[in-house]
Formats: sequence, structure tokens, C-alpha cells
Amino acid sequence: MTRLLGPGLALAAILLVPLAAPPYQTLLMLPFMAYAVILLGLNLLFGYTGLLSFGHALFIGIGAYTGAVLTSRFGLRSLEAILLVSAALGALVAAPVAALCVRYVKIYFGMLTLAFGMVFYTFVLKFYRLTGGDEGMPFLRPLLLGRDLSAMPKTEYLVGPYYYYCVAVLVIATVCMWRIVHSPFGLCLRTIRDNPLKAEALGISVPRYRWCAFVISAVYAAVGGTLLGPPTGNVDPTLAYWTHSGNIVFMTLLGGFTHFFGPLLGAFVFIYLQDFVMSVVPYWRLIFGALLAAIVIFAPGGLMGLIGPRRRERAELVSRA
Amino acid sequence: MILEARDLTKLYGPFCALDHVSLAIGEGEFVSIIGPNGAGKSTLINLLTGVSRPTAGSVRFKEHDVTRAGSVRLARLGMARSFQLVQIFPDLTVLETLQAAVVSRLGRGRRLFGSLADREIQEAALETAELFGLTDKRHAPSRQLPQGDKKLLDVASAFALRPDMILLDEPTSGVSTADKTAIMEILVAASKRVGIKAILQVEHDMDIVFAYSHRIIALHQGRILADATPREIEADQQVIDTVIGRRRTVAR
Repeated sequence: MTRLLGPGLALAAILLVPLAAPPYQTLLMLPFMAYAVILLGLNLLFGYTGLLSFGHALFIGIGAYTGAVLTSRFGLRSLEAILLVSAALGALVAAPVAALCVRYVKIYFGMLTLAFGMVFYTFVLKFYRLTGGDEGMPFLRPLLLGRDLSAMPKTEYLVGPYYYYCVAVLVIATVCMWRIVHSPFGLCLRTIRDNPLKAEALGISVPRYRWCAFVISAVYAAVGGTLLGPPTGNVDPTLAYWTHSGNIVFMTLLGGFTHFFGPLLGAFVFIYLQDFVMSVVPYWRLIFGALLAAIVIFAPGGLMGLIGPRRRERAELVSRA
Repeated sequence: MILEARDLTKLYGPFCALDHVSLAIGEGEFVSIIGPNGAGKSTLINLLTGVSRPTAGSVRFKEHDVTRAGSVRLARLGMARSFQLVQIFPDLTVLETLQAAVVSRLGRGRRLFGSLADREIQEAALETAELFGLTDKRHAPSRQLPQGDKKLLDVASAFALRPDMILLDEPTSGVSTADKTAIMEILVAASKRVGIKAILQVEHDMDIVFAYSHRIIALHQGRILADATPREIEADQQVIDTVIGRRRTVAR
């Protein structure tokens, strides 16, 4: 039960934000929740499988553009249906990309994912008639659970029904990912992260598990990407640009990839810190660059590593008990 | 025969690491491979366990042609191995390591929403931990174990696969002399308990080799110098001169 206390309190706080915080602060929670979903998936690949992708913006872009195309070109407005199509398309694109990428590890894997990300970025940038080019595409306000809320003022819609819809998606995504990482499948991923040679000797097919982890993480990225669309009402190629992939890696490192909730904390701090720093100085990237260097050097376990005992230390405590 | 290799040859460029090696291991046998450094022992083990592929020759395991089968297929067919250099999962606990092997054996790895608290997985992992005397350390991260326990865990995880045959690459290397016999005793007792049909080991410690083997295969420069019982090996002057270095008395 004590293990659920922290997440439970965090969830309660998230639910109370629209009631207690001004709309501006509440609106910042929307990208946080979208990135939280994305990072749950990214960390399955990075923290649990040991593969660092520099191209996950590809799948964020797929999710966002799927929503934009479906709402503005096909008139499909149900967000549930859009999320399902995004997840399916994310998996469909990830399947062959993963099949090629998981043959490699470390920098080669990272560069290959980056290359695929750049291919997609160029596609959405150059195929103007289909994607709107650098101007992007409108993401029309979707129906939530079949309810058409187009008459509602935008801010009211975003800090009300859409906010709680995102909370629900985040909770479902978190519970599913929690089950996955604590399942036999998740254990096999961790063996691969720690020692692929030994994992194979135990009969665990390394490429197959890496492929599955990649596809699942792509599905999460696509779902999160879709959630990024409605708050701005427009999606553009920067969503699929490589710096966006870098940002989500930064969030993961900031929060701590060795902890399940670390990346979520990283996303939260990133969003609010970015907003704060941007309001104070125009050189926010300078500040964030220095912050990243400080984390890597002084706190490789990220913020979660500073807050509580790290996993290894916790395990030490358990073994001593 | 449970394992049969015919004319195994492995070339690394112009260097011949293994030259037409043939051997057969029957059920109930404990066979040791001995030889000086560079004799081709680890190359042979790697070919038999699918880690690398032969330039020529074939390997059959339980009537299956496994010449080009990888480690994963061999493990599923019932062949497990441990490594010369200890191979563990540093961030996993002892229990998690054994659970991973059990999950693999039971084919549960694809269960995205399954539970590791599953009774069958837990019981099998704990039983293996008990066999190898690791019960008290089951929650300890593998990286923090003493070297002897790391070696035991490496072997124990292979045993958790409940294989028909196990290949041990220097199971007592890097372990103190005092611990060597203890490890071998645990290993032999666990083999009987688990029902392992054959053991093939590479070992440098002649006391261990002669104490536990039914048969010894001596390798030299990639070729089989002798394939005989410990008593016959003990009397083979060529093997003594080339591999063992001194005459010795068979322990049992």
C-alpha cells in the first residue's frame, strides 16, 4: 500500500489542478500528460531494454498527424477512435522500423532511429498538399466519449473535459505500463538490458523482445502525440523534428530512467521549468544545456535518484533486512 | 547419444582453431574437455552451444541437427550452458535471475500482463535457489554477490532451465580453491535432483577433472589428442606431456 501512496497523492494533485490552479498553469499540464504517456513508452525501450532512441519524434508525429488528418480531412472526430487509429498506425510504422533498428545497439541504434525520424520529418515538411508543409495541419476539436463540445469556449474545454480525458488516458497508460514492466515480459527485457549474451543462453530471443519493446514504445509515443494536438489545434513538422526527440530524452534523463516514475517527473519539471525560464530569459536552451550537463555529471540517477534511494540502494536495503 | 559432433572445423582467417573434431556424449555421462590455452576448448563449447558457427562439420543434439541453431533454439531444445567469465544480470536480484530462466523455460515471456508472482514461476525459482544455497541471498542484487556466488548463480540460472544437458565452461575458474569442491558438489547434486542427462565441462583444474569425470577429452592445437576414461588418460604419456604436465593418481 505504501508503494501506491506517492502515485496516489500525485494523481490526487493532478485531479485538483483545474480546481486550484489558474487556467494558464492548468493548460501546461496538458503537454505534461501527453509527454508522460510518450515517456512511459520511451523508457520501456531505454530504461528497461537498454536501447536509446533518438528518433521517437517520428511516432509522436505519426500520432499528431493522424489526429489532424482524421479530424480535418476525414471528419472523424471521436478521440477514442483517433487514439486507436494512431496507436495502430504507430505500431504499423514501428514494425518494419524496429525490425531494422533492433539489429543494432548503442550509438548505431540511436543513429538509425534518428535517420528514420528525419525521413518522416522531411516527408511531412515537403509533401505540402498532404501535410500542409511547414504550416502544418489543423487538429479540429475532437469529440470526447461521443460528446460534441465545440460550443464550449476553448480554454474551458481544455481545462475541463479535455484535461480529465487526458488524466484518464495517462492513468490507463501508466497502469498498463506498470503491468508490462512487472510482468515476465518486462523481466525478459531487463535481462536483455543487463546482459544480452546471457539472456540468449537462457533461451530469451533478444531481437524479438527488443522488437516488441520498440513497437509498444511507438504505440505510446503515437498516443501521446495525438494528445498534443487538441491544445494547440494545429500540428506541424517540428513535432517530428530530431530536436523534439532530444527533448524527450532530456526529460527522461532529468527525471531518472532507472525509476518507473522518473520520466514522468522529468516531463513535469521540464514543462514548467521551460515555461519559467522562457519567461525570464530568452536563452532557455543555454540554461537547459547547462542543466543537462549537471544532471549527467552530478546526478546520473536524475531527480528521482536525488529524491529517494536509488533502485540499487533500495535493493541493498532489502537484502540487509 | 544425446550430443554428437562430427568433423567440426573452425577457421579464423588462416588460423585453424578447431580441426575436424568429432565427439559423442551419451546419457548419464560427465565428460570433461581438457587442454592447454589455445587448444580450442572454448571454441568447441561455443560451436556446440550455438554461440558461433562452424566452418565445416555438424552438431546433432537429441537427434536434431543444431549445427546452425543459435543459443535460443538450443536452450529450448534442452541444452544449457554457463560461461568461463561469469555472466550475470548485474541489476537483477538472484531471485529475478532465476525467475527469468524459469519464465523462458515455461514460455511465459510473451505474457505482457502476466505476473511474476505466479506460483509455478516462484516455486521453480525458489527451488533452484535452494539447490544452490542461494535462498538467503535471493533479494540481493547479483552484482553485489561474492565471486563464488556469482559463479553459482550463473550455473544455477542454467539449471533453472531444467535442461537435458549442460555445458559448463570452467565452472570453477576464478573461485578460491576451497570453494571449488563445494561448487562441484552442489553442481553434481543439483544435476541429479534436476534430472540432467549429461554434463560436458571444460576445466583446467585436474583434481576436479579427474574426481568427477566419466570420460576426458584432451584437445591440443585444435585436435583431439585423446578421448578416454580418467584411468586411461592418467596412463597416456602423450597427454601427460602435452596437457597435464605431471603424472597423477586418479581420485576415484
